[in-house]
Amino acid sequence: MAPGYYTPALMKPAPFDYHQARSVAEAVTHLGEYGYEAKVLAGGQSLVPAMNFRLARPAVLVDINPLDELDYLEEDGDTLRIGAMVRHVAFERPVTEGPTGRLLTMAAHHVGHLPIRIRGTFGGSLAHADPAAEWCVIALLLDAELSTRSPSGGRDIPAGGFFQTVFTTALEPEELLVEVRLPKLASHTRVGFQQFSRRAGDFALAMAAVAFESDDGRVANARIALGGVSDRPLRAGEAEQALEGQPATDESFRAAAEIAALEIDAIGDIHGSAGYRRDLVRALTRRALEQAIAA
Amino acid sequence: MSERTKVEVTLAVNGRPYRVRVEPRRTLADTLRDDCGLTGTHLGCEHGVCGACTILADGQPVRACLMFAVQCEGMDLRTVEDLADGDRLHPIQQAFWDNHGLQCGFCTPGFLMLAAGYLEQNPDPGEDELRAVLSSNLCRCTGYQNILKSVRQAAEVMRA
Repeated sequence: MAPGYYTPALMKPAPFDYHQARSVAEAVTHLGEYGYEAKVLAGGQSLVPAMNFRLARPAVLVDINPLDELDYLEEDGDTLRIGAMVRHVAFERPVTEGPTGRLLTMAAHHVGHLPIRIRGTFGGSLAHADPAAEWCVIALLLDAELSTRSPSGGRDIPAGGFFQTVFTTALEPEELLVEVRLPKLASHTRVGFQQFSRRAGDFALAMAAVAFESDDGRVANARIALGGVSDRPLRAGEAEQALEGQPATDESFRAAAEIAALEIDAIGDIHGSAGYRRDLVRALTRRALEQAIAA
Repeated sequence: MSERTKVEVTLAVNGRPYRVRVEPRRTLADTLRDDCGLTGTHLGCEHGVCGACTILADGQPVRACLMFAVQCEGMDLRTVEDLADGDRLHPIQQAFWDNHGLQCGFCTPGFLMLAAGYLEQNPDPGEDELRAVLSSNLCRCTGYQNILKSVRQAAEVMRA
């Protein structure tokens, strides 16, 4: 087609071979065979746009949508087991009683828009590792454990070691993420989730998720996780420590939010400067802590 | 692209089977338009942001530009062509007509299918909920207030 002529095919993915997996074992065999050439197609709500732009040009797609064996939510004692193919929309209503279910619900409503939540998957979001993805922040906050399968077996990876940098995780090319386990928060844990984006459903410029206990008016087991501000989700470790044992008051929350804003390595880009993101972290961390204590 | 790279797929669209031969990279949206001849589904951004290509897959609103036709065998697909019953408009279409819910009309098929899929499962949505759902799609004429009004009216009519 000569340049300048109208063509109805202006923005299309590069050609690829398509494999529809009928079992986890079959998917993993394909990944072992094609390695870096292959991508796993889960919900496709991030991968397919990248392919339409030809930012991603996988030679092979391994479609795991038919794998009902990866579409489950199970409570196993103090652990919530989430199959990799559970769609975002499943979390819009609490999937478990108590603070863990509430926190997942708070975050779910910020994941894209309804049609995106209907197709997109929990596991796909973690494997894609967008620094502004809600589920990556939640996984880090809750110290999730991720299970993979590969031709040589599989392994468990803690969330703290999973996210490496933008769109980059500890997953090897022949590994398939199959399950995410969330240790459930103690029933009296308080939770908060806040984010800022310019339009509803946009990727957030910054987000803060928090969990802590305050049975006697003092903060215990404080956790603060941040997203959208760096090349990967972060825990605000210094702010968490500073909060520990402090009275659960606005003053302590403000002080912790200040520490969080200063301790992180914020990035600047076309959407906002590093300084602006620090300001957002300061505001959102404080609001999330206040939201948690008010509930 | 050689013929042998194409695969045969049978899609169930609006209750009718369409047997098509497509490359795996062919999106569902392109397949509906160019292979099934169902040009009611519009393509705007082609990367999942604008929602013009929203259709129903197994009753749920999805972006047809973010799925491949080869993935959709066995799904019950519904497009905007399925809404009207002959000359009789669907209550959502009638409500858009009554409330000036469309201006240029480009985004309309996507909004209609988004609303259809949502209202079928949530017949009595609250105002905040409805606004959040309709924020899924873009209208570059910025006719959002009338789209909201239209979907509110449609919800009432469909409940009655």
